[in-house]
Amino acid sequence: MTAPGLALENGASGAAGPSASDELLAYSVPAGEGTRAIEFVVPDVHCAACISTIETALDRLPQVKSARVNLSKRRVRVAFSPEIGSPLELEAAIRASGYRTHPLDPSANTARNTALGELVRAMAVAGFAAANIMLFSVSVWSGADAPTRDLFHWVSALIALPAIAYAGRPFFRSAFAALRVGRTNMDVPITIGITLATCLSLYETAISGAHAYFDASTMLLFFLLVGRTLDHLMRERARGALGNLERLAPRGATRIHADGTLAFIAIDKIVPGMKLLVRPGDRLPVDCMVAEGTGEVDASLVTGESLPVAVSSGTRIAAGTINGASSLEVEVARRAADSFLARMITMMSEAEGARTRYRRIADRVAAIYAPVLHTTAALTFLGWGLFTGDWHGALVNAVAVLIITCPCALALAVPMVQVVAAARLFRNGIMMRDGAGLERAARVDAVIFDKTGTLTEGAPRLERQNFGTPDLLGVAAAIAAHSTHPLAQALARSAGSVRPIRGDVREHAGAGVEVRDGAVLWRLGNAKFCDAPDEPADVAGSRVYLSRNGEVVAGFSFEDKLRADASEAADQLRRRGLDLEILSGDTPGVVARVAAHLSIASWRARQRPEDKLDRIAARTAAGDRVMMVGDGINDAPALRAASVSMAPSEAADIGRNAADFVFTSGKLASVPFLIDIARRAERLVVENLSLAVIYNAIALPLAIAGLVTPLIAALAMSGSSLLVVANAMRLNLGAPARRPAPGVRPALAETAA
Amino acid sequence: MSGLLVLIPIALLLGIGALATFLWALRSGQYDDLKGAGERILSDDPRDHLK
Repeated sequence: MTAPGLALENGASGAAGPSASDELLAYSVPAGEGTRAIEFVVPDVHCAACISTIETALDRLPQVKSARVNLSKRRVRVAFSPEIGSPLELEAAIRASGYRTHPLDPSANTARNTALGELVRAMAVAGFAAANIMLFSVSVWSGADAPTRDLFHWVSALIALPAIAYAGRPFFRSAFAALRVGRTNMDVPITIGITLATCLSLYETAISGAHAYFDASTMLLFFLLVGRTLDHLMRERARGALGNLERLAPRGATRIHADGTLAFIAIDKIVPGMKLLVRPGDRLPVDCMVAEGTGEVDASLVTGESLPVAVSSGTRIAAGTINGASSLEVEVARRAADSFLARMITMMSEAEGARTRYRRIADRVAAIYAPVLHTTAALTFLGWGLFTGDWHGALVNAVAVLIITCPCALALAVPMVQVVAAARLFRNGIMMRDGAGLERAARVDAVIFDKTGTLTEGAPRLERQNFGTPDLLGVAAAIAAHSTHPLAQALARSAGSVRPIRGDVREHAGAGVEVRDGAVLWRLGNAKFCDAPDEPADVAGSRVYLSRNGEVVAGFSFEDKLRADASEAADQLRRRGLDLEILSGDTPGVVARVAAHLSIASWRARQRPEDKLDRIAARTAAGDRVMMVGDGINDAPALRAASVSMAPSEAADIGRNAADFVFTSGKLASVPFLIDIARRAERLVVENLSLAVIYNAIALPLAIAGLVTPLIAALAMSGSSLLVVANAMRLNLGAPARRPAPGVRPALAETAA
Repeated sequence: MSGLLVLIPIALLLGIGALATFLWALRSGQYDDLKGAGERILSDDPRDHLK
């Protein structure tokens, strides 16, 4: 989002002008009768009281037609009349009731819902058909006499034919799509099996034969649809959670017209030479040059530099940089399509090597399995036909082969494991985009980390007070509470709850804060501002000084701290035999310290996005399967080039979208946890596939011998499917591949993960 | 046998009725927020029961 002023989480900035309202309107969609609907994400809503608080607060506004909280998605949908009131008031009302919120980008939200809806409806129809047909089939199996049996077969056919035609569409479509490009997937044998079984049953019914397989085909369809729906539900849930993350890339900027008026301008309308106003906390939408003003900007997502960079008139700033505490007037240097962000996107699309070459396990199995299966069925048909001369009996047996081997268990073997894995990852704060990422994560043998924002928290923390009496920390924090500068905020946070100091407060951009409290003049800021002695140039981290009436009384140093569990996570990864490396855009001194602290021998500093990409390509060419963990815009191409990738949820939009996994827990232990789950999932997939093969080895000879009746087919099929599903559930048991110390319950080990 | 001719259509109609009800519930958004529906029972706000 980052409409001017809205970027500040507290929303207290008075800067939100009409342009912010325009931008918020762009997030809404028409909802009929002159109203528009907009969705806000409310990440903290969790109970009935939250629901009524938010809905009541919104309903009180005159422009609101209806407001409804969705607790599962943690969103609130509001229908409002834009003529009566601004959507900004909606956002303000939610904030005023005590909840953090930001608007949901509708463009990222519509796509796959339709596929899931179709699957659920198909599953309902198949379930209905299977249950009803089974009732008739049980009567037939228990020995109905011929006229009753025929009647029941006809009724079954009446239910089965439309149900299969409707519920089978997802499989038929996918099978045709695969065949058209000359490939085969799991859906091809499924489609052939179901179609042939249905046609044969219809023929048997017409000639009042003894056996019809309507129950088998609808039940098969039902099981497969259950598996596929669960798969989609899981991905939908992860996608919804990812969609709830705040959109960080700006949609536009505030343009300064020649006559000094301000107006919102969409990002694609920005051209070089325009003047833009960049308010505190805004992200630069395009590459710019500072025209007026001085200040500090946070380029950590762009270059990987952890500390704010000073800018003044003439400094070039790349798109994606976050402005610091002062307003800047900038001149546009490049259009959005030529800006840093766009260059990264181009590099990303060229970097997709390892993952497009990867073929999913299920597809590889299907490619071997389908021809074997179809050859066996054909041989059965020819064999029986030639030896007995009874071509009708031969066809029945061949179809029995197809039904019994129809890859019910096989088609569930992989997705069920991935559904359970995704659910377990989700509970631990890791969002999985699709199952292929999980398969690739199991084979990783090297992990490359970005530093800023990945290994570290990406925000400065007070490291220590260098000199001065301890009580001065409280004073410094009370002064710092007046400023939005990252260092000042870190200082204010470190002292716990502070009351901002009273007095005449003046902030000097790029220098510090000055407070006149009666006869005392406090100054908090950089060395020059406080007349402190110059600091040595090789100091890692930055310093802030406090002076009283021109005399320096205290000094504080700051550092971009490692995430709390960084070294534990590094140890865990090493214990799993993974090779670790750091690629950072930051200076060698800082990177070396972090690497030494984590005992990671191999590191590179001052890495541009191209360098990161080259490094990953080189390691991939050398035979390593690389996992990339990074968060910045500059990491995005590397995230895409790596065999599998992971990003923290605070990452830049582009990094989040490039990654296979996003972790929201803020814990680096998510990386070893993911790898454990992925490896266990792979073992379970192999087990499941073996179970399916064993089942076939037993059932296939019976089918070839012509001994399979519809009853045996139904039992064998549901039995094998349940076995595979139950085996997949084992992924939920225990701590992943870790031997907990005696006495430590798995649950404890899991929370530690 | 003649009993079956009455009972089978009745059974099927009941089944179709259940299926239709499920599809209707699905379409009218009743499965959109299962967690919220559970929590709203606790709310005293009459609006929740009207909607």
